[in-house]
Amino acid sequence: MKPSPAASAKCEVSFIVNGEAKKLLAHPMERLLDVLRNDLKLTGTKEGCGEGECGSCSVLLDGMLVNSCLVPVAQACGASIDTIEGISAHASMHPLQEAFLECGGAQCGICTPGMILAAVHLLEKNPEPALAEIREGLAGNLCRCTGYMQIFEAVARAARRRVRK
Amino acid sequence: MTVHHIVGASVPRKEGWDKVTGAARYIDDMVLPGLLYGATVRSNIARGKISKISFDPGVAWDEFILVTAKDIPGKNCIALILDDQPCLASETVNHPEEPILLLAHAAPHKLRKAVEAVAIEYEPLPPVHSMEESERQSTIIWGADNTFKRYLVEKGDVDAVWKEAAHIVEGEYFTGAQEQLYIENNGIIAAFDPKNGVTVWGSLQCPYYVHKALMALCGLPEDKIRVVQMETGGAFGGKEEYPSMIAGHAALLAIKSGRPVKIIYDRTEDMVATTKRHPSRTRHRTAVSKDGKILGGEIEFTIDGGAYATLSSVVLSRGTIHAGGPYYWPSVRIRAKAVATNTPPHGAFRGFGAPQSLFAMERHMDRIAQAVGISPVEIRRRNFLQPGQTTTTEQTIRENIDLDRLLNRALELSDYAAKKTRFAQENKSGMRRKGIGIAAFLHGAGFTGSGERYLNSLVGVEADAEGHVRVLVSSAEFGQGTNTVLCQIAAEALGLPYESVAIAQPDTTVVPNSGPTVASRTAMIVGKLVQSAAKGIKETLTKTGLLGDEYTPEQFRAACREYIAAHGALKSYARYEAPGDVYWDDEKYRGEAYAAFAWAVYVAEVTVDLTTYAVTVDDFVALQEVGKVLHPVLAEGQITGGVAQAIGFALYEKVVWQNGRMINNQMTNYIMPTSADLPPIRVFFEELGNAHGAHGAKGIGELPMDGPAPAIVNAVEDATGIRFRSIPLLPEDLFEALGPAPLEQDAPSSTRGTA
Repeated sequence: MKPSPAASAKCEVSFIVNGEAKKLLAHPMERLLDVLRNDLKLTGTKEGCGEGECGSCSVLLDGMLVNSCLVPVAQACGASIDTIEGISAHASMHPLQEAFLECGGAQCGICTPGMILAAVHLLEKNPEPALAEIREGLAGNLCRCTGYMQIFEAVARAARRRVRK
Repeated sequence: MTVHHIVGASVPRKEGWDKVTGAARYIDDMVLPGLLYGATVRSNIARGKISKISFDPGVAWDEFILVTAKDIPGKNCIALILDDQPCLASETVNHPEEPILLLAHAAPHKLRKAVEAVAIEYEPLPPVHSMEESERQSTIIWGADNTFKRYLVEKGDVDAVWKEAAHIVEGEYFTGAQEQLYIENNGIIAAFDPKNGVTVWGSLQCPYYVHKALMALCGLPEDKIRVVQMETGGAFGGKEEYPSMIAGHAALLAIKSGRPVKIIYDRTEDMVATTKRHPSRTRHRTAVSKDGKILGGEIEFTIDGGAYATLSSVVLSRGTIHAGGPYYWPSVRIRAKAVATNTPPHGAFRGFGAPQSLFAMERHMDRIAQAVGISPVEIRRRNFLQPGQTTTTEQTIRENIDLDRLLNRALELSDYAAKKTRFAQENKSGMRRKGIGIAAFLHGAGFTGSGERYLNSLVGVEADAEGHVRVLVSSAEFGQGTNTVLCQIAAEALGLPYESVAIAQPDTTVVPNSGPTVASRTAMIVGKLVQSAAKGIKETLTKTGLLGDEYTPEQFRAACREYIAAHGALKSYARYEAPGDVYWDDEKYRGEAYAAFAWAVYVAEVTVDLTTYAVTVDDFVALQEVGKVLHPVLAEGQITGGVAQAIGFALYEKVVWQNGRMINNQMTNYIMPTSADLPPIRVFFEELGNAHGAHGAKGIGELPMDGPAPAIVNAVEDATGIRFRSIPLLPEDLFEALGPAPLEQDAPSSTRGTA
C-alpha cells in the first residue's frame, strides 16, 4: 500500500494504557477517544457528544479525569492512561463496579464506564465523600436513565467498603 | 420444592456485569470486514421543490457510493401507520434536515466534506411553523386540512352543565418539544447479500418495526430481512420509529455497494434530525359546582406532529385519554387533533402524549381550586375517581384504588401542611421564595383500546438439554430492565434459580414478535406471556411423565435431556389473548382504554431565587401504585430516572426553533439536569396488584414522566403567585413575569396571570 500524504503525517505515539506500554502511529491531532477505540480496540470508552459535555468518554490521564474526545493524542504521549477495561482488569471487580451493579447505578450502561472513572477519580482524591461532594464530583458526567440517585448510593456504598478494607 | 422469591427480589441485572466493565457491545463497538461508513445529505430548507442537485468537482466522487430515491428497490416510504414519510425525498422536501441523498465511503473522515460538497437547489414553497398557522389552513402542507388525526370523546351532556355551574374556569396551557437525549446516539449497520437479503444490527427499541419498514423499502419478503438489536444506550421512545429510517438508509447503501455499511449519527445530527416530544396546547373550560365538584367540561388538545404523520395519531390518542386526569367527569367533551408543520416529525417520547395533557389538567386543577376558594389538596380530593365510577371514555374503574389515601400519604411523606405554613411565613421577606405543589395523575399500561388485540403478541420460552432456559421475545433492553424482569418471571414460573434463565438477544430470526418495546407494556403484557410460556415448558415435562410436581434444578435438567433426546426441541409459546372484559369502540373512542392504570401523587418543593430567577427543586416525593413491584431497585430506578427527565421538561430543556429547525442541537446549549441540579427524589410504592399482569404488575416506565412538571409549576405559582402556563419555564421567563428584582420587603402579590 503506497503511503498517502495523510499517512505520512502520522507520528509515533507511545504511552501506557491500563498498565501496559503501547506504541502506535497516529495523527497528532487525532482524538484520544478514537485511538483508544479504533486502534487499541478499547471500546468500553464511549462517545456521547464529542464536545466534552457528557463525560461518557472519561478516562484517567496521569490520574486526571479527562474527556478523551477533547484530548489530541499528541497530548497523551508518555502519559499513563486508565480506561474502564483497566479498572475491571483486576481479578476482583472494583468495589465501585460491584456497587453500581447492586444499587442500580447502571441502566442503559452507556454513561457507566465514564461515570465509574469519574467515581474512581473522586474516591482517589476523597475516600469518604459527603453526598454534596459526590454530586459535585460526578457533575461532569451526564446520565439520562437513572436520575443519578442510585449512582450516588453506589458511590457512597463503594466508599464505605473501601474505607473498611 | 423450595419456595422461590425471585419476583420481588432485586436480583443482579442480567447484562449488568458487561455494562459496569465496559464489555457490553453497542452498535458503534461493532466492526465488520470491508465496512463502509454512511452519511446523509439533508435539506436545508423547510419546504420546497428540489430543482437541482450538483456535485462539487473537487471531490473524487467515484470513490463514493451514492444513493438517491431512484435506487430504492421497493416503496419509498418508512412503513409505519400511514406510510406518508419518504425514506429519501425525491421531488419535494417538507422539513429541514429531511434526507435526500446518501453517501458511503471506506474512510469515515472523508464523509463530512463530501456531504458539504453536494449542493441542492430548491424552489421554495411557503412553510408552516406553528400549530396556529397550520390550523388557519391558509397554506396546506399535508392532506386536505393539515390534520393528521382528530378524536372526539363525548360523555354525558356537557352543553347542559354550564347553566348549573357556580364557576366556569378557563385556561390554556402549553408544553414544548423535548429531546430524548439518550446518551448513545442513533446507529445502524446493514449488510446485504442476494441469498440472505438484508441484515441490520442497531440501537433500537422495536425490531419488528424495523423489519416491517425494510420489507416495504427493499421489496423483500419476510425471511430476507433480519433485524438484530445491539445493546442500546438509552431510548425513551427516541428509538421507537426513527431507527427504521436509518436502517433503511444503511440497507440502501449496502444493497448498492454490496458491502456492509455503518451509519452512526453524531450528537448534532441526532438532535437536529430525529424525533422529539410533540409540542402541545391544551384549552380547558370547566363547569364547577359551589363546593368544588367538576360538573363537566370541554377540553381541546392539540399537538404539533411535524411534517409527516408517523406516530402522531397514537401519541394524540394517549394524550386524549389522559386529558381528564384521575378525576370523575360526569360529562366531558374532548376534541383532539394532531396538526402538520414543516418541522422534522415529532415522535415517541416516554409518556407519549400524556405528560402534555396531564400538565394542563394538573395546572388547571390549581386554577379551579383558586376559583372555588379551596386548597389544591381539597379540590383534588373532591374530584378523585372512585372505584365503580367511569373515566372520560366511560371505562369503569374496577381496581380498588383509593386516591384519597394515596394523597394523604404523599402529603405526609412530604410534610406538606407544615411546609405550606412555614413557606407562607418565610416568603414575606428575603430574596428567595419557597413553594410546594402537587400533582395527581394516572398512566394506562399497554397499547390503547384495541391495540393489544391487533399486536397479537407471541412469546417463546425454550430449554436445552442442559436445563438452561432461554426467554424468546422481541422486547428490547435499553436500560429499563427488560432482560432482568422477564428472566425473573420465567425463573419463578419454572421454580428454577434466576441464574438458570437467560434471554435471547432480540434477533428476528430467533425471537417471535412480542410487540414493540413501548407503552409501559413489557412487564405487564409481555411478562404475563413469558409466565404462560414458561409454565408451558413445565407442563410439557410433567405431562410426559418426566417431571413431578416438585423438582430440583438437577431433576429439571434430567427431564429436559430426556425430553429432547426423545422429541427434539423443547419450546413453548404463548400468544396474547384479550381479556373478555376489555371492550373498546375505535369509532366513538369509548370503552376500556387500558387493561390497567398506574396511579400516582407527586409533591415538589421549590425555591425561586429572585436575584438569579432560577428555580431549584429542593425535595421531590414520588408516591405511586404500580401493582406488584417485580424488582425494587429497577422500579425505583425507573421512577427516579423519569422524574429527572420530567424536571428537565419543566425547568431546563428548551428546543429553540428557527424556520422549523432546532438551532441549539448540542449538549452545550440544550441543557439536561446534571447530578448537581436534582433534588433528592424520594420514591414510594403502594402495591394493589392487577389481574392482567404477571404477578399483578402494571406498567411503570412512563408514569414518572407525567406528574413532575405540573407539580413543579404549581409549586412555582405557590412561591411567586404567578400563574405560569407554559413549560419549559426558564429563568428568562421568570424574569419577564416578575420584572426586575423586587425590594426586600415586597411579598408576592396576589395571583397574576402571564401573557
